[in-house]
Amino acid sequence: MNSEIVVSVCMGTGGIAAGGDMVMKAFQEEFAEAGVANATVVEHSRLHKVGCRGFCARDVLVDISVNGIVSTYQYIQPDMVKRLVSDHCIGARPVSEWLVGDDYHTFHDNQTKIVLGDLGKIDPESIDEYIRVDGYKAAEKVLTTMTPAEVIETVKKSGLRGRGGGGFPTGVKWGFCAANDSDQYYIICNADEGDPGAFMDRSVVEGNPHAMIEGMIIGAYAIGATVGYVYIRAEYPLAVDRLHLALKEAKEKGFLGEKLFGTDFNLKIKVKLGAGAFVCGEETALIASIEGERGMPRAKPPFPANKGLWGKPTIINNVETFANLPHILNKGADWYAAIGSAKSKGTKVIALTGKIRNTGLIEIPMGMPLKEIIFNIGGGIEGDKLFKAVQTGGPSGGCIPQQHIDLPVDYEGLASVGSMMGSGGMVVLDETDCMVNISKFFLEFTQSESCGKCVPCRLGTKRLLEILTRITEGEGKEGDIELLQELAEDVRDSSLCGLGMSAPNPVLSTIKYFRHEYEAHIKQKKCPAKVCNKLLTFFIRQDMCVGCGMCMRACSVNAISGEKKQPHKIDNSLCIQCGSCFDACKFSAVLKE
Amino acid sequence: MLNLNIDGKDVSVAKGTTVLEAAQKLGIDVPTLCHDARLKPFGACRLCIVEIAGMPKPVTSCTTPATEGMVVKTNSERLYRLRKTTVELLLSDHPNDCMVCSSSGDCTLQELAYLYGIRENRFVGEVRDHSRIDHNPFIIRDQNKCVMCGLCVRVCDEVQGVGAIGYSERGFEAKVITPFGHDLDCEFCGQCVSVCPTGALTGSLWSGKPRSEGVVKTDTTCTYCGCGCNITLRTHGDKVIRVESASDNHNRGWLCVKGRFGYEFINSNERLTTPLIRKEKGAPFEKATWEEALDYVAGKFTSLQQQHGSDSVAGLCSARCTNEENYLFQKLFRAGLGTNNVDHCARY
Ligand SMILES: Cc1cc2nc3c(=O)[nH]c(=O)nc-3n(C[C@H](O)[C@H](O)[C@H](O)COP(=O)(O)O)c2cc1C
Ligand code: SF4
Ligand code: SF4
Ligand code: FES
Repeated sequence: MNSEIVVSVCMGTGGIAAGGDMVMKAFQEEFAEAGVANATVVEHSRLHKVGCRGFCARDVLVDISVNGIVSTYQYIQPDMVKRLVSDHCIGARPVSEWLVGDDYHTFHDNQTKIVLGDLGKIDPESIDEYIRVDGYKAAEKVLTTMTPAEVIETVKKSGLRGRGGGGFPTGVKWGFCAANDSDQYYIICNADEGDPGAFMDRSVVEGNPHAMIEGMIIGAYAIGATVGYVYIRAEYPLAVDRLHLALKEAKEKGFLGEKLFGTDFNLKIKVKLGAGAFVCGEETALIASIEGERGMPRAKPPFPANKGLWGKPTIINNVETFANLPHILNKGADWYAAIGSAKSKGTKVIALTGKIRNTGLIEIPMGMPLKEIIFNIGGGIEGDKLFKAVQTGGPSGGCIPQQHIDLPVDYEGLASVGSMMGSGGMVVLDETDCMVNISKFFLEFTQSESCGKCVPCRLGTKRLLEILTRITEGEGKEGDIELLQELAEDVRDSSLCGLGMSAPNPVLSTIKYFRHEYEAHIKQKKCPAKVCNKLLTFFIRQDMCVGCGMCMRACSVNAISGEKKQPHKIDNSLCIQCGSCFDACKFSAVLKE
Repeated sequence: MLNLNIDGKDVSVAKGTTVLEAAQKLGIDVPTLCHDARLKPFGACRLCIVEIAGMPKPVTSCTTPATEGMVVKTNSERLYRLRKTTVELLLSDHPNDCMVCSSSGDCTLQELAYLYGIRENRFVGEVRDHSRIDHNPFIIRDQNKCVMCGLCVRVCDEVQGVGAIGYSERGFEAKVITPFGHDLDCEFCGQCVSVCPTGALTGSLWSGKPRSEGVVKTDTTCTYCGCGCNITLRTHGDKVIRVESASDNHNRGWLCVKGRFGYEFINSNERLTTPLIRKEKGAPFEKATWEEALDYVAGKFTSLQQQHGSDSVAGLCSARCTNEENYLFQKLFRAGLGTNNVDHCARY
């Protein structure tokens, strides 16, 4: 019998950006060419596109499975494909120097994958592949054998909490919604994902859209919704395409539309594209946006579960929340509740980025200590620098310092140190990061994304940003830290929606843990991490300068002088501390102090 | 009825009442800027915040429905601090020119600045600069003074059903704007001007006119149509300088473009002050007293009637008359002159 060969090429956004579609094409061509001589091999081979498996830094990742034995290759480019086909697919000799190393396995082995479990294994553009891994079994079971109340009870018991940021118990929210007496209910999937650097939801929609759709069917049945919306940002074109395809395939199979799974239950799912405003991820703003209004949050109560879209009871859940549901309904509430920590059940998908060796998308059981995430899965700090802090929860999360490195990562743990789970962003910072600058960076984002409706957020974030800016530019005044703190607390306590309430977190947490850095900027006019240029003096090390003149050309105010091949000099009375020379020098001869 | 306790006092209110309304029922003054009882609650200014037992954070009383057993505090050190910061933030992005602002003395922001004693501002920083001038006959829009309370946008949408303005941009740049930033081109009812709490929207007719010194306010009824909206005329000397309407009257303070802005005829030198009679075809109009004019008309009616019968005369009444006047007019024709030839200008 001939062996079966399966080649899986990563075709998530990361994979495609690294050349995944070209690699895919190269495989097709090589197989076509090889096919003449090795018809049987080709007959038994399957070329397969898969979604993101999390380790985008190593893309293009390719799995070659021969007789069920899988080898994973990293950094694959089209010109390498010829050898992969001839040596591995045909010759059955894996190309060992291109295989992933141990770090790839430590990255994956320390994770617990539920939501991401099938990503990277199945073809997101084929419903049959999803069905092959028990897809739509849970929805069928729910619709044909369970009452809505039983579904809600199961979800309550599982302990599943919303993955969109708030962490509200999903089953409880469904219960509130179902308790309304209404002629119409709606279910909405929040796939807006506006946090900069977050790609959890995007990867799920790109890599396994049916899981999310199945979750929506289960939710819709539980609350009695016959119309659903997926609100997804237009900046996710691949996800949008795969979502449309998945909805079409599901409808053709009778999993959507009328009389689902032969029952009397109907469900229509519409797609609504968001135009890319962060605040439109906030549930009431999102609802306003679907209604055709400007995406501005509305005061709660009334909560969407009672009065949501078009004033009707509405459930809005995050992509990841929905993608958990088929597993919970298949394997049971107890199975799910056994994963995670006391009050935070299950797993959380996290986008791990920053100064860390293994950046990527990971899934951890709730409660895993920060240390394990950073040093085991993440492989530690890049370039042997010292760990300084980790920023969690997206642009409005807080910075957690070294002293809390053993903190369990779950809703309660993160909140206890002034940060939050948010949607699951995690940015690792090292000794070269200036905490004042970091807090300014996040404020820039929240300030410009404030919808402008309420005063503390619209003007408060602006003033916070102005104070932070002047501190980083050496204009900080005695009393600025206290002023920042007071204003930050007031913005937090009096804003209308979660954006304004959480925007001050980066300021408050960095002042709490890194007050000395603020003081150094204000009192000594120094940036300890050497990031804030306006507080630094630039000079050229005479023994390292080769006199190439790159710095001189980069300087826009002609502050640098020197003869060719002779060490150059900076006139500090002219220097405007823009840092261009520092970036331009290839010999690390420009120093800043 | 729901029973709640606000600042130590018990109050019962109907279901659907907001905490703000319940407090107002007790005569408690809660500061507001974006609220208007005639519009849907919005919750933007954050000044009406109160503390409710069991809730971790202050909530806006204008949007929060009262519930049974609620215990509310409308004043505390914390609330004072938060409200003061909000007012200070608003002032940090507001031109400091009350001296020359036509809304001075009539501005909620000015009053709040006074109440919270804000002299120094901790948040001095960039201020918006919308230098654009809106070319339209009735409304001056000075967007630098806009506090983004949204009242104008909401009144235009919810009351007038026109939707001539909306919001654009985000963050500090957020603003109220006409479609594509074009000049305002709407019904010019001026409802927005009447609700704007600051000098961001004013009537061009009263800009530069006296604000309070020597200004007399007189309640009266608009003469434009049978609706009879209640209006208040602001006069200075013998001139009407502004028309406004109180929100607690039968027209709830809403007026149309004519009622609000069409008052210049009062002091116009083209205005007729006595009846005029043209006695012969082609002859000039001659001034007459009311006695003369009415006698003249009555005489003509009688002679025409005698010569050609009752149906030879007809009456056309005006939409500027009240219902009662219109009723009497048709009565005069039907019962007095014996004809059904009576009609009304609103039909044409
Ligand atoms: C400013 C802001 C942005 C948000 N963005 C998102 C988002 O992109 N995706 C999301 O699922 N939830 C987002 N949320 C949370 C939603 O308001 C809502 O709580 C969530 O979608 C509910 O789903 P869940 O219970 O499954 O978490 C955001 C909240 C705020 C305040
Ligand atoms: S907190 Fe910010 S984003 Fe939220 S409603 Fe207020 S202004 Fe808009
Ligand atoms: S123009 Fe006046 S009414 Fe309109 S939002 Fe601005 S301050 Fe409010
Ligand atoms: S009056 Fe309640 S928020 Fe403005």
